[in-house]
Amino acid sequence: MMAKEKKTPEQLSIDPAAQEMLIRAEQIGVGTAFTRAENMAPCNIGGAGMCCKLCGMGPCRLTKEGQTGVCGATIDTIQARNFIRAIAAGSAAHSDHGRDMAFTLKAVANGEAEGYYIRDVAKLRTVAAHYDIPIEGRAPEEIANDLADLYLAQFGQQRGEVAPLKRAPAKRQKLWRDTKVVPRGIDREVVEALHRTHIGDDQDPEHILQHAVRTALADGWGGSMIATDVADILFGTPAPLLGQANLGVLKQDMVNVIVHGHEPTLSEMIVAASQTPEIIEYAKAAGAKGVNLAGICCTANEILMRQGVPAAGNFLQQELAILTGAVEAMVVDVQCIMQALVGLATNFHTKIITTSPKVKIKGATHIEFDEHKALTIAKQILREAIDNYKNRGDIQIPDVREDLVPGFSHEYINYMLGGSYRASFRPLNDAIISGRIRGVAAIVGCNNPRSQHDYLHTHVTSELLKQDVLVVQTGCGAIASAKLGLLLGEAGLDKVGPGLREICETVGIPPVLHMGSCVDNTRILTVLTQMVEEGGLGDDIDQVPAVGLAPEWMSEKALAIGTYCVASGAYVMFGGSSPISGMPDKVEDSDIVLRYISEGWEELYGGKLEFIDDPDEMIARTLAHIDKKRAELGLPEYDPQRFGRSGDARMRELEALPLAERQAALYGTPGK
Amino acid sequence: MSRYIATRAIRGANALVTEAERMFGKAMADKGPETPVAFPNTAYYLPLIFGMTGQQIETVGQLGPVLQQARALLHPIPAPNHWTPYLGETLDSGMATLLAAEVIEALRFVYDLQPEPMAGFHLAGGTSFTSPDLGNGDSTGNGHDGHLNGPIDDIQLRTWGIQLVDGRMPGFAAIVGAAKSNEVAVKIVRELQRRNILTFLSGNVNGRSIIHQLHEEGVELGYDTYTVPFGTDTLSAIYALGFAVRSALTFGGMKGGMSREILMYNKERVFAFVLALGEVDDLKYAAAAGAINFGFPVIADTVIPEILPTGVTTYEHVVSMPFNEIAGADDLERAELLVQKCIEVRGVKVKVANVPVPVPYGSAFEGEVVRKSDMRVEFGGKYSRCFEYLHMVDLDALTDGKIEVVGPNFDDIEAQGHMDMGIVVEVAGRGMQKDFEPVLERQIHYFVNGASGIQHIGQRDIAWIRISTAAADKGFNLEHFGKILHARLHADFGAIVDKVQVTIYTEPDKVQDWLAKAREAYDYRNKRLADLTDDAVNEFYSCTLCQSFAPDHVCIVSPERLGLCGAYNWLDCKASFSINPTGPNQPIKLGSQLDGTKGYWTGINDYAERASHGKVGEVSMYSIMENPMTACGCFECIVMLIPETNGVMVVNREDTSMTPAGMTFSTLAGMAGGGMQTPGVMGVGKFYLVSPKFISADGGFKRVVWMSSVLKETMADEFKLVAEREGDPDLLDRIADERSVTTVEELLAWLEEHNHPALVMDPIF
Repeated sequence: MMAKEKKTPEQLSIDPAAQEMLIRAEQIGVGTAFTRAENMAPCNIGGAGMCCKLCGMGPCRLTKEGQTGVCGATIDTIQARNFIRAIAAGSAAHSDHGRDMAFTLKAVANGEAEGYYIRDVAKLRTVAAHYDIPIEGRAPEEIANDLADLYLAQFGQQRGEVAPLKRAPAKRQKLWRDTKVVPRGIDREVVEALHRTHIGDDQDPEHILQHAVRTALADGWGGSMIATDVADILFGTPAPLLGQANLGVLKQDMVNVIVHGHEPTLSEMIVAASQTPEIIEYAKAAGAKGVNLAGICCTANEILMRQGVPAAGNFLQQELAILTGAVEAMVVDVQCIMQALVGLATNFHTKIITTSPKVKIKGATHIEFDEHKALTIAKQILREAIDNYKNRGDIQIPDVREDLVPGFSHEYINYMLGGSYRASFRPLNDAIISGRIRGVAAIVGCNNPRSQHDYLHTHVTSELLKQDVLVVQTGCGAIASAKLGLLLGEAGLDKVGPGLREICETVGIPPVLHMGSCVDNTRILTVLTQMVEEGGLGDDIDQVPAVGLAPEWMSEKALAIGTYCVASGAYVMFGGSSPISGMPDKVEDSDIVLRYISEGWEELYGGKLEFIDDPDEMIARTLAHIDKKRAELGLPEYDPQRFGRSGDARMRELEALPLAERQAALYGTPGK
Repeated sequence: MSRYIATRAIRGANALVTEAERMFGKAMADKGPETPVAFPNTAYYLPLIFGMTGQQIETVGQLGPVLQQARALLHPIPAPNHWTPYLGETLDSGMATLLAAEVIEALRFVYDLQPEPMAGFHLAGGTSFTSPDLGNGDSTGNGHDGHLNGPIDDIQLRTWGIQLVDGRMPGFAAIVGAAKSNEVAVKIVRELQRRNILTFLSGNVNGRSIIHQLHEEGVELGYDTYTVPFGTDTLSAIYALGFAVRSALTFGGMKGGMSREILMYNKERVFAFVLALGEVDDLKYAAAAGAINFGFPVIADTVIPEILPTGVTTYEHVVSMPFNEIAGADDLERAELLVQKCIEVRGVKVKVANVPVPVPYGSAFEGEVVRKSDMRVEFGGKYSRCFEYLHMVDLDALTDGKIEVVGPNFDDIEAQGHMDMGIVVEVAGRGMQKDFEPVLERQIHYFVNGASGIQHIGQRDIAWIRISTAAADKGFNLEHFGKILHARLHADFGAIVDKVQVTIYTEPDKVQDWLAKAREAYDYRNKRLADLTDDAVNEFYSCTLCQSFAPDHVCIVSPERLGLCGAYNWLDCKASFSINPTGPNQPIKLGSQLDGTKGYWTGINDYAERASHGKVGEVSMYSIMENPMTACGCFECIVMLIPETNGVMVVNREDTSMTPAGMTFSTLAGMAGGGMQTPGVMGVGKFYLVSPKFISADGGFKRVVWMSSVLKETMADEFKLVAEREGDPDLLDRIADERSVTTVEELLAWLEEHNHPALVMDPIF
């Protein structure tokens, strides 16, 4: 075997800003996730899901034909258990986020949360009405208190059904009841997942995976949905605005504070605090022009969607931001925060400030966040950052940034398709039915240094756009497309097929709709539900010509998301490697579980989960699936030749003519 | 939208709202906040504002909040680069434009600038009764001169109601701007008229309006020709949308403020479109964006950006058909193709019978008036006799399509002269029944009237037909009456009529011979009709024609109670069922009688429950007080209880004056229509008033204490017979009308003074 060649920055990332920082890392002599990934070969046995370390009799590595664990556990049982544990962790992460949001809502309703207020009363009323909470003649705080109580109760509920589930299409709800996967309480399903996978419990893979579905549904139609609802109520339902992305948003002459992680509670308050005269003055006194906030990962998405605060980058750019030397503080809360940040930061002046009571990192400054004193804490954090400005050394900010238009909540999508009076999903459904839009792809998920940074996301996205597939994105995938300019109206004119171009031009949208953070994937569920309810695309989500993709996935949350989407009826494809791939070439039947979550789940739920490492294969399967669903609905076969006539182009030509010629050409030119 | 259209529409909207605010400020200063504002003859206030916001605007001051709402709907124009979405924002700005436009027109009424003055202009018909002696005939000076039409009043809306719902009038076109030439303007309007599409005219291009073009070409414009000139500026197009809103309020049973429902009703049921002729400016784009909210697409004859994806409208949103690029041999053919495209884009369903006559033909010409000065010749009326008689004969006895004129044509008659004529139509068919003869015969009126330049009034032996000089110059002669009848009877009644033969008699002896035969037949039919009572049949008919407009309403038509629109009696329904067995008129088996006095049958109740989608559980055929029959919106009269008098009043749709109920017809109509069952209020056909079964459970015709004078006069003979039947020959004189009584107090005094029987009848409830 040849010695592995070191990858060039161009091979590591397609993003020029990232490439520039990787060169700088090399110059300085520090490592990043990119280089660590090169040096850390993934464990091939664990990676295939063939290792069981659930008890002290092992760990057992099942690499030979017919081998079982010490307890007799077969390879499929072990894989199913590994898989459900990942889903449980992902569900727990999202749902715990939702729980904290609900606690904040409760505190706000009771006037106990400093600096917060209910910004979106309309959404509060709409959401409360879903659950028959009385709204007429009541103050928003009263409604919010009831809603917070109801939402908080979902976590510890022992029997019945989690409340948000009733927002799914009726047929889907029935299917879940029939297949016995309706989550009873959010926490209960996670606990049961852990119980079932303790040594000597559930040892029927299909039975384990049935509960995996229930655990994931407790996330998608439970914890995550709660998180999104409450975030919108407290911080406003997103609507499109102009934002920027990439490391070039950092400012040379300002105090740069990066918020990183997932929850909007603290970051929203830091946004508010950074705009107070007191903080601006404090920054000026320190010799800076002010405070420049930027986000990384899904915290970025939360404040980008609602406030237009720029995104410095996605998951794999957290270390690269520090490498600029221009970041005074990186404020982190929960999820996807690399421990390496602290060590890396010692090479610069950057302070890593942990804030969640759940997350501490050795060596980081810990300023614990408490929603009851949020504004005070936010200011304290900003002062820390400003005080650190004077310690800044040599800096290098890549001059790379791109504009984007985020903010596509399902509420806004509904509005944008008909205005205040005629809002509906009809134009979107019509576009799919006619074939102007061939289908919809939700391209979501993480970054993963095992593949070229951003490449899979943007390659798949760009190719699907050319095939008239409308793309919706969340999370780090959305930031990848943003950096490439795909989240701009202009991309809707020249980076898409002819039918999609007409739709983009009609509505004024980018061809890629940024719908929020990874917890906001529930917005996509809502959109799919509303498309079904609008009519013409079948009576359940599995009939809609749509696909879910996570080309660069890496987190357990992604597996939970993928699973709840499958259970909701979607065909979901993950890129990279499967955590339960097995080694079918060496060990027979070590891919039973892998096949079951595709074929078996499709039979049960109409959706399936697959892992496809070749992006072109992913694109081919996406189109094949969309075309299959179109055919099943009796929709016309996709044919781009039929569309593309409408739009401004001819009018612009006419307007460019001199006045006299323009007058003559007004009624057209015979024979044209 | 496209970004270009969004930019221009939003810019136009901002400008117009600003202009409306300026005018509002001026009116507040000049006239004061308490100055009344209203459109004439409507119960729907400023209809668009009422429909979209629920606000009942009656004074200048109340316009302030409307303009605030309009301003709140405005948005900035899309950025040149890196724009945010604009479709929803443009539609909202379009709605702001409509609100502002209606505010401006309302203020113009305050300043007497509406209806728009136009010297030398004569409207072909306004709101008046359809007798030649009342308004439409040779008389002038009844408000038809010197100005354009302005908004359509409620009366006209209801008059057109039945035609809109039964498909005779398949939709409406709002034309804005000016055509490429006068010739094209005329052709476009003729093509629309030929298809019976109601056409509203407004707007101009550089000061020149299609109204000017048509006026110059002598095209008659007004209610009577289905071609209504609103005004020569774009703003007056708001009246088209006010009309659209009111059709949802009137026939759809919707309430003011139900904006989404009203807009969806229009998208789904009102087949309207905007035809933009000539260059499109910011304001036109803005108004078009408003119209798209209604689901009305926009078609332009110039180069503009197209918006072909669908959704807010059923088909394409904006279509550009640059006139010079239309593949026609000449401009006239291009105009025809343009109209065809409009119809296709809106999905208007048009039935056109191909009638081989040398003049334009279509329902739009039904209301056309031939004035004496424009007349070539007349048959009937004061100086001559004209009759028409249709009867069935054996299939073998006829040659289909044979048309014979027996006697001289009118060549030798001097201009504006007259002659006697008899039109005898013989039909045969396997599905034909003797009972259908009068049904078909009554259609002669509509069929003949459809020819441009021909006016038909009356029926049987009191028919009165005029041929205009223009029609005669184009070659129209007596034979063409036969051509029309042959073509239309086949087209409309093909299911029961296989052969049609027409003979036109002008030879005096023959006229007399056939007149005698015809009168024999009329007598026979009268007796047959008199024998045809509710007790003599075992099935009534449903009429759900109006469900396309009033989804929960269902008419029950019995021999003694005709449909409330006046257009369908029991025999009509029976014929209609024979023609189309799955159509809107279905026989309803009566089942067992539950109450003979009030008129309850199990079969009727079951049917009403089903056909009204559960909204109406029981229907009493003969009572206004208990479960009265519902109404759509096209009733001829409203009967309403006046509790203090122990009786009812009857107001007809042509009467715009105040009634003792404290409301005009238009306002009352809101309570009577929309498929709602309201005890004490009922919309009826006027011939039901003379039926022995007229509210017979509540005491019958003797309960009528007040009646519009026009009704009294036009049906004087019929009421005289009723009075005799009721045993009180002077009854009609005891009934008050608006000339003497407009309040309950006055009414009570009148009734005492005239010793009206209702005062001593049993309490009505």
